[in-house]
Amino acid sequence: MCLAIPARIEKILGNNRALAHLGGVSREISTCLLDDVVVGDYVILHVGFALTKLNEVEAQKTLALLHTLTTNNKSNKKEESLYALS
Amino acid sequence: MPTKLSLKHGRIDLSHGAGGRAMTELIDQVFRAEFKNPLLDQLGDQAIIDPLPAQRLAFTTDSYVVSPLFFKGGDIGSLAVYGTLNDIACAGAKPLYLSAGFIIVEGFPLSDLKRIAHSMAMAAHAHQVMIVTGDTKVVEKNACDGLFINTTGIGVLDDHFLPSSPQPTDRVVISGDIGDHGAAIISQRENLSFITDVLSDSAALTPLINLILTASPSLRCLRDPTRGGVAAVLNEWAQQFRVGFLLEESALPIKTPVRSACELLGLDPLYLANEGKVIAICPAAEAERLLATMQQHPLGQNAAIIGTVTSDPQAFVQMKTRIGGTRLVDWLAGEQLPRIC
Amino acid sequence: MRYLDEFRDPKVAEILVQRIISTLVPHQDYKIMEFCGGHTHVVHRYGFKEILPPQIDLIHGPGCPVCILPISRIDQAIALATQQNVILCSYADMMRVPGSQQQSLLTAKARGADVRMVYSVEDALAIARSQPSREVVFFAIGFETTTPPTAVAILQARQEQLTNFTVFCNHVLTPVAMSALLTTTADSAAPVIDGFIGPAHVSLIIGSDAYRSVAHHFKKPIVIAGFEPIDLLQALNMLIEMINQRQFGVKNQFTRAVSTTGNVKAQQKIKEVFTIRDRFEWRGLGWITKSAIKIRSQFAAFDAEERFTLPTGAGQEHRACQCAAVLRGQKKPIECALFATACTPSNPLGACMVSSEGACAASYAFDRARILIQQRKLPSHDES
Repeated sequence: MCLAIPARIEKILGNNRALAHLGGVSREISTCLLDDVVVGDYVILHVGFALTKLNEVEAQKTLALLHTLTTNNKSNKKEESLYALS
Repeated sequence: MPTKLSLKHGRIDLSHGAGGRAMTELIDQVFRAEFKNPLLDQLGDQAIIDPLPAQRLAFTTDSYVVSPLFFKGGDIGSLAVYGTLNDIACAGAKPLYLSAGFIIVEGFPLSDLKRIAHSMAMAAHAHQVMIVTGDTKVVEKNACDGLFINTTGIGVLDDHFLPSSPQPTDRVVISGDIGDHGAAIISQRENLSFITDVLSDSAALTPLINLILTASPSLRCLRDPTRGGVAAVLNEWAQQFRVGFLLEESALPIKTPVRSACELLGLDPLYLANEGKVIAICPAAEAERLLATMQQHPLGQNAAIIGTVTSDPQAFVQMKTRIGGTRLVDWLAGEQLPRIC
Repeated sequence: MRYLDEFRDPKVAEILVQRIISTLVPHQDYKIMEFCGGHTHVVHRYGFKEILPPQIDLIHGPGCPVCILPISRIDQAIALATQQNVILCSYADMMRVPGSQQQSLLTAKARGADVRMVYSVEDALAIARSQPSREVVFFAIGFETTTPPTAVAILQARQEQLTNFTVFCNHVLTPVAMSALLTTTADSAAPVIDGFIGPAHVSLIIGSDAYRSVAHHFKKPIVIAGFEPIDLLQALNMLIEMINQRQFGVKNQFTRAVSTTGNVKAQQKIKEVFTIRDRFEWRGLGWITKSAIKIRSQFAAFDAEERFTLPTGAGQEHRACQCAAVLRGQKKPIECALFATACTPSNPLGACMVSSEGACAASYAFDRARILIQQRKLPSHDES
């Protein structure tokens, strides 16, 4: 359930509201469920509310792990454990 | 002495549709003043076309109920003209004459009506067609969303193009990015509003279609994917000709903001309306040349081959997804709705 | 689009599928339930069943808040909508769900009820502000993802002292539902499930620790997965390894968004406005204790169940509808005699065919060519 997507905070509008941007589209949203939202943060957006900040460090870790799988596959190296994630 | 309408500040009232002097004044000062052509100037209830321009004619009708009436990239007037021209052109015919019937709600601003009529006149003039007859009715408040337009169009059939059944291995070619019009309209709906640069792609396709007809001598069929989008057209063809389609998701041309709008609202771009695009089906051997030709025209710059016709007695439209699985592109029962789940 | 496209990379997908295949124990079946309807939607929309080996049986769970709402609640929503002076605001997902006698909010609207589709509860608040003489009722549905916005709206309505805004609350809880599903009762056996793919966005709110007691009590592995196809494939890899090693507990694939404790601020707002119902009826799972929430008495002024008198009564399901069994993971949509015959998206006889993440609707919309051929209900291309 719960269609929610990552969007970037473009502008803080005050009163717990912000402008969120996703690939050429901007929408005014509520940030009242989060603390300390700043411009440049990525948030997960659902029915006009930001539910959480995306942890970009973790995102990059996941992407790096996936990238390693791809390169390992090409060179037949021993595979990384997917348990590195959790 | 006819009363001069206050076109800047005046509003439509019930008398403007009652068949009396007020209606004639409205027609003269708004519609005739804009549409200006000899057939209309005959002043009859009908346009007399004599002699007939050809033995074989294409004839279409359509109604326009879009809301909002003015949107980014067009308005209900230009949409009505282009939409009708496109229906005629997709039969391989040269559009010549249009009719325009207006249903207007009482209280409608005359300035808006004038603006819409002007937009229709510009669109018709740019594509050498004439609006030769029409009708006006006024309804009470709440009976309609401001303004509805009904049109009919007449065109002369090209002798060389005869639509025929798609064959397995034929290619599906689309003239450009999908979903622009649908996304532009949705972005202006009150409770779904978001800010975007996307413009409606509303345009007359006649010049592009002429190119298509010359580039693909064995072209099977053409249609513009308006309401219901690409999915509706392909499903209709699948049912009509008892063939299947296999699309390639990664080949679909789509602008990033349209994709984003779809992600935000849970919409599938294959079902969004397009008002300035055409889908062509041609034999595989002609596809590359057709594509190259389309891409040289301003309306076809982002043209792409998006799929293949398959042999399928169940007439399913399917799509290879970007991760390699296959999904159905089903024929929706009704309108696609945004979702939260 | 950042943090979306990277998780849809076809090359990575291919490698993850190969990895899954090489990790499977030969001749062993894996019954994996994706609890959340959002995952059901992704599975069908990307054609997962075609690219995954047949040893993996993906079972669709009851995590579709539209599907699990019993007919009696839908009848009550329709009754609210048809009350004089009421504007009923609803997410689009609920508009076509059939209640008793195949009536829905959409048919009520066609008969003159003022039913309005909204994208957010904030739109309903805006309507209440702009129409002070009308009663605005917001039809609230959803698991824990959608509950915080409703809590915020009620707090906002109190702050503004709105007197014409109420909520018809149907928010439900996830870990309790998982437990109920896995519990064999006198009436029905628990489905055989080797492991769960846990919800993505519910987990943002409640945190991954919220599933620990279910996992340990029933000795099941749960891997929380994001909503993109790569997330799901990566989570399946992790889950299969856990099943092979007979591990149970909770692991988290969606680390970029889900923490162990979740969004504490959102949880506090939920606690402030809502309290747990003794029991709530779930389509397919029956009455489950402490599985849903209601508005606290200090916010009674915003509770539609307090302001209005609602019809009681069981609600009438279609006799042959198998939504209950489908929601429990005991039947696949194709095993319902009505699937794709009498029951279709244009004529839905049960909730699973209406919601885009209901197992039946997702199967029908994205997958029915493949399954109908497989079940020999249609000739394949070769035979025709």
